[in-house]
Amino acid sequence: MTTIAIRRTALPFWLGVAAAVVAWTIAWFAALPFSTWLAFDVLGLQAGSHLGEAIAFFLYDVPKVLLLLLGIVTVVTLIRGFFPPEKVRGALAGRGEFVGGVGAAGLGIVTPFCSCSAVPLFIGFVEAGVPLGVTFSFLISSPMVNEVALVLLWGLFGPGIAAVYMVAGLTVAIVGGFVIGRLHMERYVEDYVWALQGTGGASFEVKLSYEDRVRDAWTYTKDLVRRILPYIMIGIGIGAFIHGFVPTDLVVAIGGPGNPLAVPLVVLIAIPLYSNAAGTIPIVQALLGKGMAVGTTLAFMMAMTAISLPEFIILKKVIKTPLIVAFATIVTIGILIIGYLFNFLIY
Amino acid sequence: MKTIAVLGTGCSNCVRLEKNAREALAITGVEAEIVKVTDYAEIMAYGIMSTPGLVIDGKVVSVGRVPSAADITAWLGE
Repeated sequence: MTTIAIRRTALPFWLGVAAAVVAWTIAWFAALPFSTWLAFDVLGLQAGSHLGEAIAFFLYDVPKVLLLLLGIVTVVTLIRGFFPPEKVRGALAGRGEFVGGVGAAGLGIVTPFCSCSAVPLFIGFVEAGVPLGVTFSFLISSPMVNEVALVLLWGLFGPGIAAVYMVAGLTVAIVGGFVIGRLHMERYVEDYVWALQGTGGASFEVKLSYEDRVRDAWTYTKDLVRRILPYIMIGIGIGAFIHGFVPTDLVVAIGGPGNPLAVPLVVLIAIPLYSNAAGTIPIVQALLGKGMAVGTTLAFMMAMTAISLPEFIILKKVIKTPLIVAFATIVTIGILIIGYLFNFLIY
Repeated sequence: MKTIAVLGTGCSNCVRLEKNAREALAITGVEAEIVKVTDYAEIMAYGIMSTPGLVIDGKVVSVGRVPSAADITAWLGE
């Protein structure tokens, strides 16, 4: 095992980390008074006017969302560095279908996932003898219950909605994986995947110092935020417009609990928005504030993160079309059920 | 002459890793050939599940992260 410690001067590094934490905390508490002051005192906008409310929403949401992303994604990335998929696979390999499914869905939260790693993950799981249903529980939960979505939901909607989203997402992942397992679709996995079974296993473990881990997490977060920032700005801009100008009656008529077609409608809208989940959440926040139903909002969020056409296309390399169709259908049905269920329970 | 293999299917991290590896070679003046391994079966054969991976002379040195040029420089010196 090669562990190279590149000695940097350790003390200033941790001082820098402490300074960053203090700066973050100050900025967090200053954001609301500062944006209010900027919008109503400096720019002289009228509180309660359409334009004034829209601009105040924008000025407050931008720093808030940015701070949340920078702070919490760094922390989450740091934590999940301790749960590499190689380790998760080992933990799931010997389990039965039920325990495995629950564990896979839960581990999906902390494990890094992007659609470009879906294939190696899939092969790695199957190769280690993780049951197909359990593998799918993981594939559903990992992108859907992800840290960016949870952080933004918590920050913009409060802990209640974030918790409900997490529980609902885990449920879809566990049940969806279980159903896929029951369908016995092993023959729809490409043959070469089975041929690889048992060849791997010389699994590699990364040994990193805490300093390296913090640096890695920060680099990852900076990259992520830089990449999604334009979408977030556009999303908050549209959200601000809705907040200030779109009449509540209109939102209630289309997205409110009274429209039975709202849930499938938002799921359809969500599919092409896959890569822009971060930018869409501020829009959803404004819509929820204007009377969109909670179940409909949840279904929208879930469809956006879980139903990903690029991921399905990539998975085509390891599984055949019938299994992809089954996967997509089961996830979609699960999301629809969640949407209707919450609308029914709440209203 | 060393052989450096970058394991990954071409996402942005793999591109950055290759750039850092080239930088490390430039810094150290080590002669090496950089190979890109993009085939899933081949990547998996190294026993890794998260990309990008870095292999120097057949030995996996990094998985699932983009090491800096300084890190790679140290590994090259071994």
